[in-house]
Amino acid sequence: MAQNETKARVEQLTSAAGHPVAVLRFEGDIASTSKDAVLGTYQALPKETKLVLLDFTKVDYINSSGIALVIQLLIEASKCGQKASAFGLSAHFTKVFTMVGIPKYAGLFSTQAEALAAL
Amino acid sequence: MSESKTTAAAKPTTVEVRVPSRMGFEKVAMSTAASVAKLMGFRDDRIEDLKTAVAEACINAIEHGNRLNEKLSVGVVLSVGADSLEVKVMDDGRGMNRQPGKQNKPDIDRKMRGEEDARGMGMFLIQALVDEAEWVAGTDGNSSYVRLVIRLDKDAE
Repeated sequence: MAQNETKARVEQLTSAAGHPVAVLRFEGDIASTSKDAVLGTYQALPKETKLVLLDFTKVDYINSSGIALVIQLLIEASKCGQKASAFGLSAHFTKVFTMVGIPKYAGLFSTQAEALAAL
Repeated sequence: MSESKTTAAAKPTTVEVRVPSRMGFEKVAMSTAASVAKLMGFRDDRIEDLKTAVAEACINAIEHGNRLNEKLSVGVVLSVGADSLEVKVMDDGRGMNRQPGKQNKPDIDRKMRGEEDARGMGMFLIQALVDEAEWVAGTDGNSSYVRLVIRLDKDAE
């Protein structure tokens, strides 16, 4: 009841360079209960996916357990040879993601347009 | 905070909240801390820092201190000082037997290689986001608590 359930959906877009990008759009909270929404959604992507973009624009709250799920996603993406990026984090959570080192493995962008331009 | 004057001997303003030991209820403590910090005049970015630190402290209390036992609650006491806000988050666990040191900093490279648990960043975030963080183990029937302090930066506020 207390957690704002994580919703996730996938949209296929094309980067500025013409490459297909799987955009995972998250809504609500990302916490320990978000495993199915975060990892389950990612794991259901087509095997041929090369570029993964995480949309946090509509995410209200992320705690350290949620960040851990994002890191687990990045681990799996890395093993599959995929490139992951993210956009839409608030200034605060951009800072938090940076503090734990995520930018080393996933580019963080302010907007979808910026993210797609970089892919 | 709405009083116009306080003296050194005046009783500090406190706000107390008790939340169930159920994941998600840390957001009640977060909102309360944010409201108090806003009344005190903290900048928005510091309020966001405080919210995350309080959330992580409450989650630790709920999950580790009270072991998700919903018969237990987590107490949060906010004490308004002249230029600082102290937040104590209390649980009924035994607490830590040592203060966390710098070894708490997450190593993203080790996590990515599977050499370190992807979880376990809560205490690091708490230490990094507030001006003071102190963990006190419960003894002689007293609760364990973590004490967080953020200070008003008069020049920047």
